[in-house]
Amino acid sequence: MTLTVTDLTITRGGIPVLEALSFVLEPGRALILRGPNGIGKTTLLRTLAGLQPPLVGKIEGAEDQIAYASHSDGLKPTLTVTENLIFWALVFGTDSIQPAIDAFALNELTDRHAGNLSAGQKRRLGLARMLVTGRPIWMLDEPTVSLDKDAVQMFADAVRAHLAQGGSALIATHIDLGLDGDILDVGANKAKPGPLDDFDGGFL
Amino acid sequence: MIALLLRDLKLAFRAGGGFGLGLAFFLIVTVMVPFAVGPQSSLLATIAAGVLWLGALLACLLSLDRLLALDWEDGSLDLLATAPLPLEAVVTVKALAHWLTTGLPLVLAAPILGVLLNLPVPGFFWLIVSLLVGTPALSVIGTFGAALTVGLKRGGLLLSLLVLPLYVPTLIFGAEVARRGAIGMETQTPLLMLAGITAATIALLPFASAAVLRINLR
Repeated sequence: MTLTVTDLTITRGGIPVLEALSFVLEPGRALILRGPNGIGKTTLLRTLAGLQPPLVGKIEGAEDQIAYASHSDGLKPTLTVTENLIFWALVFGTDSIQPAIDAFALNELTDRHAGNLSAGQKRRLGLARMLVTGRPIWMLDEPTVSLDKDAVQMFADAVRAHLAQGGSALIATHIDLGLDGDILDVGANKAKPGPLDDFDGGFL
Repeated sequence: MIALLLRDLKLAFRAGGGFGLGLAFFLIVTVMVPFAVGPQSSLLATIAAGVLWLGALLACLLSLDRLLALDWEDGSLDLLATAPLPLEAVVTVKALAHWLTTGLPLVLAAPILGVLLNLPVPGFFWLIVSLLVGTPALSVIGTFGAALTVGLKRGGLLLSLLVLPLYVPTLIFGAEVARRGAIGMETQTPLLMLAGITAATIALLPFASAAVLRINLR
């Protein structure tokens, strides 16, 4: 499924942060999202995932295709690793969680409660959820935070395998994952600040 | 949907899940009332139905701020919103899970606590019926309140203020069914009103809850 974004303007807290953004994400391709802090990378991912509407512009091919991973992993501390993954597998209507457990080396942790995992292990579990969703387009927001070198490699391998199967990925990250992906630098699309005086005469 | 229901039930029963919180509160309130108002059994018999209903309502209120806030804090609400489940189904399941872990135990405990308050014998049946019909509305309205306040830190106070007025019709008609039943009067009219309120809230409020949740998740 090709994701096409045309002339997009997105807002955070009602204020435009990025404007005139257009790109195409083809199946089998990865797009690395870059830009300084606060430019609106997270807002862009949330908009594409359908959590908020864009101000202007069109997003095509996103409906029910996107698996979104935010800063937080959405884990339940009192459920075990397996229970957390099975829950998402059932919600997304997929059947197997074993490939996800293998891909992120969670085999030894399956019966541990998610609350007892370290930050890096939690992140691995959160990323394993992406495999379980079975969705073709991955949207990842800073996926490598708190991962060690080996885990970053695991993650890069998982993304490569996903791309090889015809999936695609949009990844906001500051480190080099060694992926063969195009770079989308949104720094140039920073929205021009509007007039500060928003006094509405009609209000009186 | 069943997966979400089972997960919520499992979370409620595990450590820190808050199951039993409402029940314990209900128990404390009803046990304390005779100490506060004095031991005259005739007085207790008069107020028993109302006290039991008020206790059940406040016990329901107590667990509302965890209903969606926990899922919001750990990010799973965002993920659920991007999942194939419609948000309407998510909030309906959440309300059902809340009722099963809070409302239903209250219904089952109410007759036992009725003995402590000297509830007249014919009142037991009507107390159970009125709670069984009325408490689902409390969970559904509560879910709406929780959806309204989901992004707020320490939104519990605002949640209570928003939800309590909406609880009033259910309280009036529910307590009226139990009171009339206890003194042997005809209960059809308040029971139909109570059932009507519950049916209307279940039919309409999940859509409202999902809509405000979508706005709050932006």
